[in-house]
Amino acid sequence: MNPTATALRVGLTRGLIELRESFSGAGLVGHLFWPVVTLVAIFFLRDRSFGASGFTLGTLALPSVLGMYTAFGMLLVIQYLTAEREDGTLLRAKATPNGIGGYLTGKLVTVSGTILAYLAILLIPGLLIVDGLDIGGIRSWLTLAWVLLLGLVATQSIGAMLGSLISSPRGAGYMSIPVMGLIAISGIFYPITALPEWLQWIAQGFPFYWLGLGMRSALLPGAAVGVELGESWRHLETIGVLGAWAVLGLIMAPIVLRRMARRESGSSVAERREKALQRVG
Amino acid sequence: MTTSEEVVLDVDGLRMRYGTTDVLHDVTFQARHGEVLVLLGPNGAGKTTTIEILEGFRVRSAGRVEVLGTDPAHGDERWRARVGVVLQSWRDHGRWRVRELLAHLGSYYAGYSTELIQRPWDADELVAMVGLPEHADKQIRMLSGGQRRRLDVAIGIVGRPELLFLDEPTAGFDPQARREFHDLVRRLAEEHQTTILLTTHDLDEAEKLADRIMILNGGRIVADGTAEELGQRIVGEDEVRWTRDGQRFMRSTDESTKFVFDLFKQYGEAIADLEVRRSSLEDTYLSLVHQAESGLSEAAAANNLVEVDQ
Repeated sequence: MNPTATALRVGLTRGLIELRESFSGAGLVGHLFWPVVTLVAIFFLRDRSFGASGFTLGTLALPSVLGMYTAFGMLLVIQYLTAEREDGTLLRAKATPNGIGGYLTGKLVTVSGTILAYLAILLIPGLLIVDGLDIGGIRSWLTLAWVLLLGLVATQSIGAMLGSLISSPRGAGYMSIPVMGLIAISGIFYPITALPEWLQWIAQGFPFYWLGLGMRSALLPGAAVGVELGESWRHLETIGVLGAWAVLGLIMAPIVLRRMARRESGSSVAERREKALQRVG
Repeated sequence: MTTSEEVVLDVDGLRMRYGTTDVLHDVTFQARHGEVLVLLGPNGAGKTTTIEILEGFRVRSAGRVEVLGTDPAHGDERWRARVGVVLQSWRDHGRWRVRELLAHLGSYYAGYSTELIQRPWDADELVAMVGLPEHADKQIRMLSGGQRRRLDVAIGIVGRPELLFLDEPTAGFDPQARREFHDLVRRLAEEHQTTILLTTHDLDEAEKLADRIMILNGGRIVADGTAEELGQRIVGEDEVRWTRDGQRFMRSTDESTKFVFDLFKQYGEAIADLEVRRSSLEDTYLSLVHQAESGLSEAAAANNLVEVDQ
């Protein structure tokens, strides 16, 4: 049997099982919390107009937060990888034929599924809260689809790379600080043109800004482009930057993952368990 | 026993060095098909390092190692499917259900059946075998420690391994759980001809489970043989206790049968409460470890006290 096919098939099953577990019972409340908070924020921004653009902040922010939540896939992958390295899930995968491939496939399915669920939780009520989105045409959904796909690949492969380099769930916690900073300057909640130019340049180096831009280009009417840098949706640049991150992640992630997996053993898991228990106790 | 001549584990001159410290010196042993081999030794003796090298989880510094005919440092997925590793669960897969996890992990092995071995083990059968049928639909985090450990064993054997590794499997078990676990290991060896390598620092466990015991101390195998052989090899003294005219006596001797015969010849029926305690593996083990730790020179240890079976 083809090992890659096994890993993909078993990994898909694994991802779906974990997705179901993660969205049942108390887990569901945890998943709903942030999207609901975001919707409340958008609700209060629904009537605040932005300058002379004719758009409200709520209308501009809804597509942007879809981009932001897509980018959260990166943090999710980092958290999963560090936590499951500590608790021995990864070692079990290593002890199983094609286990690491199946594990990773499963993780990407779980995280992508989680993100899709977040987007649905945000978008469906969001459409009732804000006016002025352009979602009638097939073009909107096609754009949304490719931005989403490229974004999922770019952010999760980078996440897998960082998650292999960071050795503890604590380190993963620190990781979220710079990410939050990048999100803050990425024009998600407030248009980037209002920021100083040097911050705009930093923001444009990372996927978060481009995910937000791509989502706005998909869901906002053409006139909204006036709010953007250069008054353009810059699809080519979006593909360029997201694509570059995706390529970097896809090349680097397997290398660092293999290196990380090679070092896993019963005693390394036992050592981390000791440390973690000391932290708790 | 269904031990055949086929060598499943072949370790020759294994060395492991971290920085400038050698933790394994020239470890050499073999295991045959169907054998239960126990690697016994105090903490820090190098048991875990040895087993992790054989599992393919750690790269050795020197020596030749073959596990099922393959160098574990270069074992492919097909090799991996023939080897079972019992890991100690902590909180992984906590939300998964018992049968669900076994069925899922089993599905990785589906492509690796051979003419003789149908892989994987059926999840329901396996759940019954490790005594968890009433917990099959429970979430794993709801299991007790002993139940989790039995699940660990089930996960280790879900691919019907030809060779199973267990590193300190009963640490933290209560006596009941320990006994059930021992039964399970014996059944695996006897009914399924699984070759088993198990580490422990518990003598009693080694004596109960092992076809052959290797004592590892300070990174060296200091003894290798059946429990009986090890007991006899080191000059151990039996302990004889008796009472005569209501008085208690105790004597250590290496010729207990002759001693008791003489005792009866001399006192006849006046002897009561006779008790002969054979020198146990425990005495052997403690004396070996003690010798090794008290800094005897290697040569003296090799010549006088320890014979290593090759």
